[in-house]
Amino acid sequence: MSDGKTIILNRIREALRNNPAPRPHPGHGPLGIGKPHSAPSVQTCREWLPKVGATREEQIALFALQSEALKTEFYRCATIGEARQIFSKLVVAEEWKRVATHDAPDNVALLEGATVETLYADKGYAIDALESCDAGVTCCECLVAQTGGVMVSVASAGGRALSVLPPHHIVIARSSQMLPDLTAAFDLVKQRYGKNLPSFLSFITGPSRTGDIERILVLGAHGPKRLTVLMIED
Amino acid sequence: MRISLFVPCFIDQIYPQVAWSVVRVFEELGHYVEFPDGQSCCGQPAFNSGYWDEARATARVALSAFRDSEVVVGPSGSCVAMIKVFYPQLFAGDPQELEARELAAKTHEFSSFLVNTLGVTDVGATFKGKVTFHDGCHGLRELGVKREPRALLAKVRGIELLEMAEAETCCGFGGAFAVKFPSISSAMDEVKCASIHETGAEVVVSNDSSCLMQIRGMLEKQKSRVRSLHLAEILASGLSRPFIR
Amino acid sequence: MTTFATEFQQKSGQYTTDRGFRAFIQKGLSGYYKKRDENKARFQSWQGARDHAAEIKYEAINNLDRHLEEFAEKIEARGAKVFWAPSAFEARDYILSVARENRVRSIIKSKTMTGEEIHLNDALQNEGYGVFESDLGEYIVQLRKEPPFHLVFPAMHLTRKQISDLFQKELGSMPTDEPEKLTMIARGVMRRKYCEADMGISGANFAVAETGMISITENEGNARLTTSLPRIHVAIVGIEKVLPRLEDLALFLPMLATAGAGQSMTCYNTMYGGPRQPGEPDGPEQMHVVLLDNRRTWLLADAEQRDALGCIRCGACLNVCPVFKNVGGYSYGTTYQGPIGSVITPHLRGLQEWKHLSAASSLCGACTEACPVKIDLHHHLLQNRRNAIRIKSVPVEKVAFTVFSLLMGHPWLYRLAVILGRIFQPLHPLVEDTILDPLRAWTCSRAFPRVAPSSFREQWKKERGEKSA
Repeated sequence: MSDGKTIILNRIREALRNNPAPRPHPGHGPLGIGKPHSAPSVQTCREWLPKVGATREEQIALFALQSEALKTEFYRCATIGEARQIFSKLVVAEEWKRVATHDAPDNVALLEGATVETLYADKGYAIDALESCDAGVTCCECLVAQTGGVMVSVASAGGRALSVLPPHHIVIARSSQMLPDLTAAFDLVKQRYGKNLPSFLSFITGPSRTGDIERILVLGAHGPKRLTVLMIED
Repeated sequence: MRISLFVPCFIDQIYPQVAWSVVRVFEELGHYVEFPDGQSCCGQPAFNSGYWDEARATARVALSAFRDSEVVVGPSGSCVAMIKVFYPQLFAGDPQELEARELAAKTHEFSSFLVNTLGVTDVGATFKGKVTFHDGCHGLRELGVKREPRALLAKVRGIELLEMAEAETCCGFGGAFAVKFPSISSAMDEVKCASIHETGAEVVVSNDSSCLMQIRGMLEKQKSRVRSLHLAEILASGLSRPFIR
Repeated sequence: MTTFATEFQQKSGQYTTDRGFRAFIQKGLSGYYKKRDENKARFQSWQGARDHAAEIKYEAINNLDRHLEEFAEKIEARGAKVFWAPSAFEARDYILSVARENRVRSIIKSKTMTGEEIHLNDALQNEGYGVFESDLGEYIVQLRKEPPFHLVFPAMHLTRKQISDLFQKELGSMPTDEPEKLTMIARGVMRRKYCEADMGISGANFAVAETGMISITENEGNARLTTSLPRIHVAIVGIEKVLPRLEDLALFLPMLATAGAGQSMTCYNTMYGGPRQPGEPDGPEQMHVVLLDNRRTWLLADAEQRDALGCIRCGACLNVCPVFKNVGGYSYGTTYQGPIGSVITPHLRGLQEWKHLSAASSLCGACTEACPVKIDLHHHLLQNRRNAIRIKSVPVEKVAFTVFSLLMGHPWLYRLAVILGRIFQPLHPLVEDTILDPLRAWTCSRAFPRVAPSSFREQWKKERGEKSA
């Protein structure tokens, strides 16, 4: 008796054997107006996607522009001290009691002196405890200029839930983490982790949102209603 | 140039003045127009309904009618698309495949022929009025005709060309679709007519008479004051050379 | 006519006459068009991106066995279980067994059209499992006991008042006409469910072969929560979702967002490469990936239409289709609506029973133009029509087209038909728009043109003489 895998693979091979499909027409329309056909390569995908500046400053400017449109609160901080000030203001203004984070030098530095309880999610947590936190503070793998996005992983964001369950997500990043686009982000992750990629990688592009009711935009559908990115110049 | 006229069956039977307008425009530009007698239908109705054998039988008539033509021009995006885009598929593997491909290569839609082959945008026409252009889907998407009719209309003296929001949206004709699914076809027609009325245009123009039949049908039912004309009829207006039919 | 075809005529007849409804759908889509065009314009070349995406999908689909094997191998190496389901039955059965073996009590789901396709919720609920849809739109239609209206926007057909009434009835909440308040009501309900659920079921937008990861695109965050908190994650993935390389996502994620939602990127695009790994602080203990065939291999075998398997389920074709916009998602009566649904449903559920969806199109081609991966959608509708006729023609049509080709091939027959037409035409107004009118399908809403007293060819012969080649 064949198992499902054998059945499906046999079906596929049978379907494809001596049965070639026409290649996609390059260019626009069935009369093939446009460029001659060539095999795709990773490098050329950048040719089509939105332009990103070559310098870090241009990339940061693009990230800032994107953040505005996405309603991500983006701050450029000269020092960690500046970041800490912004954070403390939030704690007071939002009346936070408990903040979740993971053990990383920048997080520890950010939370130093803050009058909030801290839950370290990377040390294991009860779901209800995490759920009742007012904010989650994480690092990130990188920032993506093209999309205004933050890439997180298990290691850089203290697990899977920390950056999505509490209603306000705070990312602390360094300007050297700014990358031009998604391709660069994937390259980074492969370089950093080699064959041991994390079981979870996510691009976070703005606070959570939905348009499911009359196509009207509402923030904070299930994930965080607010996303703050504190980028320290280095 | 010796231009062979391809006249779709409903223009032949219902809107002959459109064909005469095409003749007039080409003669104004100094070309010789002939009408190969053996032509009938391009075969699209049968083809679209899935009856490709019957469509091929009909299409063979077109192949022989235009065999000796240098260039074939038709005032209908859908019929020309049938020949240019679908004849090669219809005759794939058939003894007449090469002939079909040759006919496809030498057949052109009216506005595209004027602008892209003859290099003409100003035929010398005059037409006073507010006009909006409906893009027939086959002409637009199968043949890539979009700027050519507008380039031609822009040069017509006295015309005011207004763009409607739903210019590229299908009018709902689609051949047999119009009678197989009349409620959907009419709903699409309504959307088109509403968009036409929104522009304040006095005339709706298209390069496809089947679309005009659909649009005209609803405008009349709505007792609208908007008239409808084929692009050729506009371009044939106010031409200087005397025309003997 | 089969039942499905009759139902389609009935439902579409209903929806097309509801002008208020049609206007509402149109209004809902107008914001999408604007944002989609803005984002397309940001691409250096949207057409170049489409060409590239079409090539990648071509590579993926035409080497499907190799990529699937690599995907399964890589994700299994990290502790995920891959179950290959030849049909819906095995898929449902497997998921039920996972739930049973693990003594699951509560299940939370994120959006999956593949799950809809196999009627997974019904199967689970029949076995007594509570299943909660976490995506706001899916949650709303679940409460209404309706299927999704649109691939991507499940509840776009409902007004805020309808949703408020629904929540009041089912959840006991206070009526409100603010979308924000309604969203927060759902958010509150869901938070408990995420925290309590033992099993999270998701779909996947892509399955990356190179790294053995599934990728999920969303805006709300519900998929991330569904796949982070419960101890078991089940992902149901059509076999055609596979992409060769991780970098391919750099092209597909922005294209999916732009075409699907008019955004440059959706809020969350997450790659999952297995269950919780050693040393990771959270994540499911178990991850199961159910690879579903369910006749996708039949579509694969049709080389002419194979590109339809490249579909990324963005919904762009629905959003531009004048038929969809006027008949709405429910008229289709099947999981996949709009142009892509009309193309693939005959393959997945039977050609003769579902060919009517391919007939219900004017072949305008707006869908093909919109498709980010350049599926030749409207031509596939034509091919479905031809394929259906090749197997079984409709007698009346067969006769009509045979007569038609005879007429067109024989000038004297043609002339006779024209003369007859001219005789009967003046009689037509007597029956026009009544039940006796053979042209009723046209004349009910449109004026019928008069045949000209003489045809062009008659006039040409008369006035220009026998000047013909």
